[in-house]
Amino acid sequence: MIADLFAANVIIGILTSGIRLATPYLYASIGETFGQLSGVLNLGVDGMMLMGAYAGFYVTFHTGNPWLGLLVAILVGALMGLAMAFISVTLKAEQGISGIGVYLFGLGMSDLLFQKTLGTVETVSGFAPLNIPLLSDIPVLGTVFFSHNILVYGAFLLVPVAWFILNKTTLGLKIKAVGQNPAAADALGVSVARVRYATVTLGGALAGLAGASLSIALLNVFQQNLTSGMGFIAVALVYFGGWTPTGVLLGSLLFSSVNALQLWVQILGIPIPSDFAVMMPYVLTILALIFAVRKVNQPASLSKVFERGEG
Amino acid sequence: MRKTTHLILWLLIAVLTLTACQPAAAPEATPEPVKQFRVAVVMPSQINDLAFSQSMYDALNVIKSEMGAENFDFVYSENMFVVDEAAAAIRDYASQGYNLVIAHGSQYGSSLVEIAPDFPNTSFAWGTTVDTFTDKGITNVFAYEARSEQGGYVNGVIAAMMTQSNVIGVVGPIETGDAKLYVDGFKAGVAATKPEVVVNVNWIGSFSDVALASEAAQTHINAGADMLTGTAQMVVGAVGVAKEKGVLWFGTQSNQTSLAPEIVVASQVYKWDVVLRQIIDLVKAGTLGGTAFQIDLANKGEVIEYNPAFTLPAEVGQAAGAAIEGISNGSIKALP
Amino acid sequence: MEPKKRIRPINWLGPSIPFLAALAAFVLGAFMLLLLGANPIEAYAALIDGAFGSMNSIADTVVKATPLLFVGAGICVAFRGGVINIGGEGQLVVGALAATLAALTFTTWPAWALIPVCLLLGFLAGAVWGAIAGFLKAYYNVNEILTTIMMNQIAVQLMNYLLSGPIMDPVQIENGSFIPQTARFPAAADLPRLVPTRLHLGVLLAVVVAILVWVLLWRTTLGYRIRAVGLSPAAARRAGIRVEQYAMLALLISGALAGLGGAVQVLGVNHRMFTDGSATGFTSSAGFNGIVAALFGQLHPLGAIPASGLFGAMLVGANKMQRVVQVPSALITALNGLVVIFVVSSEIWRRQLARRQEMGAMREAALATAPAGEMT
Repeated sequence: MIADLFAANVIIGILTSGIRLATPYLYASIGETFGQLSGVLNLGVDGMMLMGAYAGFYVTFHTGNPWLGLLVAILVGALMGLAMAFISVTLKAEQGISGIGVYLFGLGMSDLLFQKTLGTVETVSGFAPLNIPLLSDIPVLGTVFFSHNILVYGAFLLVPVAWFILNKTTLGLKIKAVGQNPAAADALGVSVARVRYATVTLGGALAGLAGASLSIALLNVFQQNLTSGMGFIAVALVYFGGWTPTGVLLGSLLFSSVNALQLWVQILGIPIPSDFAVMMPYVLTILALIFAVRKVNQPASLSKVFERGEG
Repeated sequence: MRKTTHLILWLLIAVLTLTACQPAAAPEATPEPVKQFRVAVVMPSQINDLAFSQSMYDALNVIKSEMGAENFDFVYSENMFVVDEAAAAIRDYASQGYNLVIAHGSQYGSSLVEIAPDFPNTSFAWGTTVDTFTDKGITNVFAYEARSEQGGYVNGVIAAMMTQSNVIGVVGPIETGDAKLYVDGFKAGVAATKPEVVVNVNWIGSFSDVALASEAAQTHINAGADMLTGTAQMVVGAVGVAKEKGVLWFGTQSNQTSLAPEIVVASQVYKWDVVLRQIIDLVKAGTLGGTAFQIDLANKGEVIEYNPAFTLPAEVGQAAGAAIEGISNGSIKALP
Repeated sequence: MEPKKRIRPINWLGPSIPFLAALAAFVLGAFMLLLLGANPIEAYAALIDGAFGSMNSIADTVVKATPLLFVGAGICVAFRGGVINIGGEGQLVVGALAATLAALTFTTWPAWALIPVCLLLGFLAGAVWGAIAGFLKAYYNVNEILTTIMMNQIAVQLMNYLLSGPIMDPVQIENGSFIPQTARFPAAADLPRLVPTRLHLGVLLAVVVAILVWVLLWRTTLGYRIRAVGLSPAAARRAGIRVEQYAMLALLISGALAGLGGAVQVLGVNHRMFTDGSATGFTSSAGFNGIVAALFGQLHPLGAIPASGLFGAMLVGANKMQRVVQVPSALITALNGLVVIFVVSSEIWRRQLARRQEMGAMREAALATAPAGEMT
């Protein structure tokens, strides 16, 4: 039975599922990475994802155009991010708690809107899987890597883009400077507030996109609490990734593949109670960090309010 | 420290003022002489969950349209998955003089034991269970349950006859209660029809994780399944995958045809109105509890609703009919 | 000292700001209610009535506040120690499970033995759950936010496993109904009730625990060190405090208190354990709301007492509101979020006000006395 796990179709299945499931985490976690690198902890990711998921679904349901849905989802997410930035940067509110508030608001509001505008579970035709010509014909690799919907490809493309922005541009430098030493950045003429507004709004936009990747691409439905806590896992993955896009990529893939693996463990009849199988991704994510040797550089000013002139 | 004290003082004053402004506990609208039968129901999920709660909500609406709004009315509290909140709601409804208070969730039982004796003139009903607490000296509680394994069995018979690959996938929440009964019945139905068919089951550990339910369905299809079924609210994710991949789907708890008219074959639907009618009659006649009811195929409280857009091969329809017949007259046992 | 020209007026404005902020959130909520076709005045009257209208509703409010206070008191320790504990949900669950196992095992024990053992085991289970996160942070540099989030899910699955078999009510198995709940605990395990409502002894225990946490943090060396680590790890290290160990200890204590809260909840309210597949079904999000309550109480365990009460009142009242005006429960979740956001955002004005008053006081003092000493 355990040997069955190494059959070709099982491994292909696990990898394909892992890549698909990693998509929402990637968007949300990379967005959160930007925010945290500039010093803002946003625990409201799940609420932003839910609002994005709802908005994307609603627009797609009524217009039949998933691109329009996607756009609105990103806008709604960005708006939530802007609100979070206003709360945490301008109003200097405690970030952990305001994030929980944003989460609760998104959870309730998306559900309320769902009930009042849709009323019942509906389906849409969102982004269908898109086989990339030629590449998807490659045996094994083609199925695993090149037979997904477009938002999956987008999520994986985001990793190098984010890496480039953070490591090779002045903007990235500014973001990290603001996160590490806001007073010094301020003295150098970098507007701490402006950078934080930008990163948190971007984080919100990506959270909205993460939600849309569920409601109009992967699942094509919307339901109360569609994300089921994924946004919190996304926050955890930022720590797993040690605030680097590649680390987040590794973490998302590990978590999602183990989740896909546990489904196979159950199907193949490997005698583990299903509840323990479901635990596997959570346990292994922690274990992986214990055994990984790594250098962590948490942004020094993370979740600390910057008061100009207080150094 | 002083700030905290001030905060406390302020809150106290505010609360007192607000309560004082309250119109002295407006006497709860004394039931008018009109003989309207009033029901209150407390449900664990939402009234539009396409599953457990919706089945009760739909049934109450059926009763309302039968009896007429002037003779029957109901109110509900949805999303009461937290038991102590549900308990507060149940007590509140009982104290408002509703004729029947329905606690639509087996987790509400221990609260009901405490509440029911305080309201001897109110009738309570709860499910799914068989326990009316008569052994505890309580006389005003009805119980109801759904024999979900029966519809599961029928779905299993149909799925077994239609599968080409001889692999069927099941997506469930956690292996307990209604979900476990349905899946056990489904497996029994398959085994009785075509023993060589493999039924793979995935319990995803959640009633809400739609994404994992969808991935479970993908995994079943990768493992060769060409028929899928599943139970609880999160299966909408699995139905979506079935639709995309053109794999057939069997539903339960509510009619799920609307989600994917192309691929839903049949759904087991709960008709709680069968039970409600009996309970209402008993309450009107002065009996407030003590009976355990069930919905099953025989009393038409469970119905297999076929998707009209899907043409079922004649011999499959006959086999399903025979299974319903057999379970109803007791010649077939839906559980092994 | 010269007689002061005027006694400084009691400062009402400062503490009232969070309250005004909550009020503003409710005003916004009123518009939402109007849009939903409900009468906001009727709705809010129902909310207040539901929270304070009768003995029963007051009892419900206090019962609701109890787990918030346990979690909140623990959060005070964690945050003061510079660690973040988002694992309240999981810690509540494992605490309840440990108490459940004890209650179902020692069925013949008398109450005076059984209840303390159940509570102690709940406390220890929560401590273990918190300590795992603390240990990994201290010795493997694994961030505690990650661990506590993951540990929540692990606790839920552990609960689902135990309730779907090993500790399922034998009657459920016999009847073939397989409802995921345990048998009812022996009556000896019930926490005594204070008055003939649902109000149970755990409420007093929570208050005592909050006071003890205050004593711990501000009256003991241990507490001083925890706070020192939280204020400045570097300075604490220079002072010879083993920073890692105290961070771990803060998480351990935080988890233990949440675990105790879980045990109290199951012995005081439910008298049996059950699952709906999620942590929320048991905790009703007390693990998160407790964080909010602690922060509303200025991360002060004594401040957490009224904050938990207020939060409990809002949650209980909101359910009554749902019943009376028949609005979707989702509105209440959204409103809850708005209240949290508004109150936490209003802090800035409270701080500004406090600063202005401080400056005013300083100026007065400076005028009144000789050159002032160091002002900190």
